[in-house]
Amino acid sequence: MLPGWLIIGTSFAYLLTLFAVAYFGDRRADQGRSVIDNAWTYGLSLAVYCTAWTYFGSVGRAASGGIWFLPTYLGPTLGMALAWLVVLKMIRIARSHRITSIADFIASRYGKSHMLGGLVTVIAVVGIVPYIALQLKAISSAYALLAEDAASPLPVGESVAWWMDSTLYIALTLAAFTVLFGTRHLDTTERHEGMVAAIAFESVVKLLAFLAVGVYVTYGLYDGFGDLYARAAAHPDLASLLVFDSTGKIGYGGWFAHVLLAMLSVIFLPRQFQIAVVENVNEQHLRRATWLFPAYLLAINIFVIPIALGGLLHFGQGTVDPDTFVLTLPLAHDNAALALFVFIGGLSAATGMVIVEAIALSTMVCNDLVMPILLRSRRLGLSAQRDLTRLLLGIRRGAIVGVLLLGYLYFRLAGEAYALVSIGLISFAAVAQFAPAMLGGMYWRNGTRDGAFAGLLAGFLVWAYTLLLPSFAKSGWLDPAFLDDGLFGLAWLRPEQLFGLAGLDNISHALFWSLFANIGCYVFVSLLRVPTTAEAGQGALFVNVFRRGDSPPAGFWRGRAEVADLIPLVARFLGQRRTEEAFRTYARSRGVDGMDKLKADPDLVHFAESLLAGAIGSASARVMVSTVVQEEPLGLGEVMDILDEASQVRAYSHQLEEKSRELEAATAELRAANDKLKELDRLKDDFMSSVTHELRTPLTSIRALSEMMLDDPDIDVDDRQRFLGIIVSETVRLTRLVNQVLDLAKIEAGHAEWHNTDIDMRELVTHAIEATRQLFRDRDAEIGLELPDAVPMLRADHDRLLQVMLNLLSNAAKFVPAQGGRVDVRLTADEGRIRVDVRDNGPGIAPELEAVIFQKFRQGGDERSRPQGTGLGLPISRQIVEHFGGRLWLESIPGDGATFSFELPLPPAADGE
Amino acid sequence: MRKGLAGQRLVAMFIAGVLLLNFPLLSLFDRPVTLFGLPLLHVYLFTVWGGLIAAVGWIVERGAR
Repeated sequence: MLPGWLIIGTSFAYLLTLFAVAYFGDRRADQGRSVIDNAWTYGLSLAVYCTAWTYFGSVGRAASGGIWFLPTYLGPTLGMALAWLVVLKMIRIARSHRITSIADFIASRYGKSHMLGGLVTVIAVVGIVPYIALQLKAISSAYALLAEDAASPLPVGESVAWWMDSTLYIALTLAAFTVLFGTRHLDTTERHEGMVAAIAFESVVKLLAFLAVGVYVTYGLYDGFGDLYARAAAHPDLASLLVFDSTGKIGYGGWFAHVLLAMLSVIFLPRQFQIAVVENVNEQHLRRATWLFPAYLLAINIFVIPIALGGLLHFGQGTVDPDTFVLTLPLAHDNAALALFVFIGGLSAATGMVIVEAIALSTMVCNDLVMPILLRSRRLGLSAQRDLTRLLLGIRRGAIVGVLLLGYLYFRLAGEAYALVSIGLISFAAVAQFAPAMLGGMYWRNGTRDGAFAGLLAGFLVWAYTLLLPSFAKSGWLDPAFLDDGLFGLAWLRPEQLFGLAGLDNISHALFWSLFANIGCYVFVSLLRVPTTAEAGQGALFVNVFRRGDSPPAGFWRGRAEVADLIPLVARFLGQRRTEEAFRTYARSRGVDGMDKLKADPDLVHFAESLLAGAIGSASARVMVSTVVQEEPLGLGEVMDILDEASQVRAYSHQLEEKSRELEAATAELRAANDKLKELDRLKDDFMSSVTHELRTPLTSIRALSEMMLDDPDIDVDDRQRFLGIIVSETVRLTRLVNQVLDLAKIEAGHAEWHNTDIDMRELVTHAIEATRQLFRDRDAEIGLELPDAVPMLRADHDRLLQVMLNLLSNAAKFVPAQGGRVDVRLTADEGRIRVDVRDNGPGIAPELEAVIFQKFRQGGDERSRPQGTGLGLPISRQIVEHFGGRLWLESIPGDGATFSFELPLPPAADGE
Repeated sequence: MRKGLAGQRLVAMFIAGVLLLNFPLLSLFDRPVTLFGLPLLHVYLFTVWGGLIAAVGWIVERGAR
């Protein structure tokens, strides 16, 4: 329909435009005004997910299965909802460890292992090559359709010799293009700003092209969505496309598996990792991408079903390959310009995928497959001082060309055997194998290298057996018999019904078994042993990446290095200019003048290692750095130092604990003292109120009588005499009260004056009885006295002891009954002490009052019968006795009198006398 | 934001999405009914999908401020 030169010319013009965009992006990046430092660009570049498979294959899928093209795009929507949690963590990890590919990520996480990196690379290459073949196939069949007759499906590539095959030249063109894009120079971060700009541009082009053909079919050829659906519903063959599961084979389980598969692949496809993680400029861009990218997918899928229905309605079933409807529909309606635009869109989708995927794979192949082998072969590892940047670039370029040629080979061999959509899903299932090791590595510390290796290997083998081999068999490379009969004729080994598991489509079946084996081996093998230091260290760094600051993970590194060794080493891989630039920036960030003044401390070694990691992968970087850095194992001395430090810390903490215990004790004491003070304060208040109360009573009567006499001069002389008598006695009582209060206060405060003399207690007791004899006579009470013949002399204050005796005797006198009252006084002396008992036959004192009567202002007896007194006699007596080291107490039986006794210790010196 | 409300909202949207776009809820809409002349299943899927994107967009762009 269109001349070949026009198509090829347009294609090249488009590729040149892309290159211009990329060049512009790189230029701006060098000037520091990045065009991709923009959330919209980032979101659009993620749409590299939509390949030629989406572009052509979705329609094909919709034409055969209806709504079943959709899970591939619903999965990413769900996956992106979690991107802010999962992908953000990956970006942070990748940045702090300079990780540039999935292989490097996994290798670095599990102790910088070469083996793991190599295995991941092999899985990625094997899984992705068919996918690249798919892109080549899409472009070449589209070209063939456009260039020749549109009405018939064309066999492409098979009938011609390989050197005549246009697909080969497409592959080579793309390879050249990718080399120009991706490996113009080596970069420590593996970032390709120009490429990302070109990818974002391509995303716009393919979306516009697809929307253009969608609008053309829906509204140009038909009368909108409703019209198309109505016609399809009326068509007996097409009506089944409008329900969920027209074939009834796959079911909802398959639907779920497809959603899950797409969800995993949107994160773990190498090209998605490259764009989303490695090429990310700013973490915050991820926010917009979480909705912009799914919105893009929604937009590009709106017209899929209308185009499929339109194509089926126009061509009927089985005449034209539905994968090509987007081209054949415009061509059939003589709209060649639109067809050319659609072709460019498809080219855009395919080239975008191929470029990014080839760059991602070449990084992996170079850093995790070729470099480790080269480093191990002695010749190169030790050939000093040679500049290896050219070699590195050469390896990368070779890898890109190699990957594309492999893709071509696969295309050439597989040919038409498989529909586009199946190849894509096989690749998805391969990269889904990375999920356990990656996610486990990010959230589970205990994953070990062996576990990751076993899981990946098991998953990969199961995938190969259940998906890859059957696809080979269906292509005719293998005897298809083993599909039906199983390996070695064992039915339970049938690859698509492993262990007899039927009822699933091949993709869900393979996904289940491979992830089952993968996760199972990963977890169980990881749990077999404790992680090594390297694994545990990296595990902690990965899992806790958000908790650490941006400081480099130096850790327990001990070693000796020379700056003069490190810089040339890095320069061998990165080139002299870039290396010096990097080290100078580092020196500046450290506040050092020049890079020759840098000290080779652990931080610098880590910096050099991460620079190298960007270029040759973390495992190889570790190996290279270790050639110039003598890492010293921790010696016994250092271990002892560390232990010393630890024990010091322990001692400090002990001291601290001690201190805090002491403080607690002091606090308790203070609290007790405070309580006591409060109690004393309360007692003082009580005392004050009691004293004032006692003072007020006599004052009141004195005042009342005085006022009466003052107001009434005509008062009787007798009355006046009586009143004055009362006033005098009240005044006496007042004086006594004040004296006693002062006394008590003095004794309590320790200010009382004591005039100690030798006392004969016999004399003192007799004297006291004589002094109170009148009192007893007034009460008609008898008084009995019982004295020993002689008692030792006592050294004390005579007047004070007399005061005690008088007090006890007057108390006794107060309480004896009016008739037949009797008081007995007894003095005894025994070893070291002298004792006086004063017994009355009064009413006695109730036990509950025994303690009370020794308190100030408390008197025995009930209110009515309370005798005259201040209520201070007993407290004062007790204070006096206690001052001399003795004690005063009460024994009482209610109703049968009370006995007040006190005893005083005899001074040792007195014994001799 | 990572551990904050927005993160939890995103997880909630993810769970809601998984439930709404799978069996058994999906099967409720697989019936021969048309809405605006379109099959109910297709309208449902695209509506839920669009709603999910809008909700996620609202959550993340809100948190950006």
